[in-house]
Amino acid sequence: MKNPLDSLWGTVISGVILTAILYAIVKSILASAGA
Amino acid sequence: MDYVPALARWIHFLAGVMWIGLLYYFNFVQVAAMKAATADGTAAGISKHVAPRALLFFRWAAVVTWLAGAALLSDKFVDAFLLRRGMAGIGVGAWLGTIMLFNVWVLIWPNQQKILGLKPATDEEKTKARRVAFLASRTNTMLSIPMLFFMAGGWSHRAIFGL
Repeated sequence: MKNPLDSLWGTVISGVILTAILYAIVKSILASAGA
Repeated sequence: MDYVPALARWIHFLAGVMWIGLLYYFNFVQVAAMKAATADGTAAGISKHVAPRALLFFRWAAVVTWLAGAALLSDKFVDAFLLRRGMAGIGVGAWLGTIMLFNVWVLIWPNQQKILGLKPATDEEKTKARRVAFLASRTNTMLSIPMLFFMAGGWSHRAIFGL
């Protein structure tokens, strides 16, 4: 499998996917903390 | 001292724009430019005159950005890094920024010194250094996307976090 970081588009798309994953994690942390 | 957070935020933004601006310059402009310049024999101009200057401002802007960010977090620094007391959002941003700072000083800069001939290296070492520096730089570009999402989260982000 090709490394997505070898292309600019692969890098940007990976960043957006990572944002979505981290967003879900942070949202659940904030929800469980009742913040 | 009411002035400290305002100054820290201002410096954090100024240095951050320089750091990430140069990161995007490297990834969106210089990588492709170097490829084309190497093909027509003009790469020396970039590697001798442009890249060392860009790297100087790049690596020190990263340090200033991090220090100003730490000053801005102030007494909430530990809460942010432990993702507690409602600081999970900015905390993730702070972690991503810290990982990026590490990449700059531990992976990108030492390998760029070999690539640019600022530090002695064999051809084999230079080939390896090119790949490591490239991937670290691309990793930072990828990380900058969520980093800016969480760093820039103010009132505009409260609704999407369900706050």
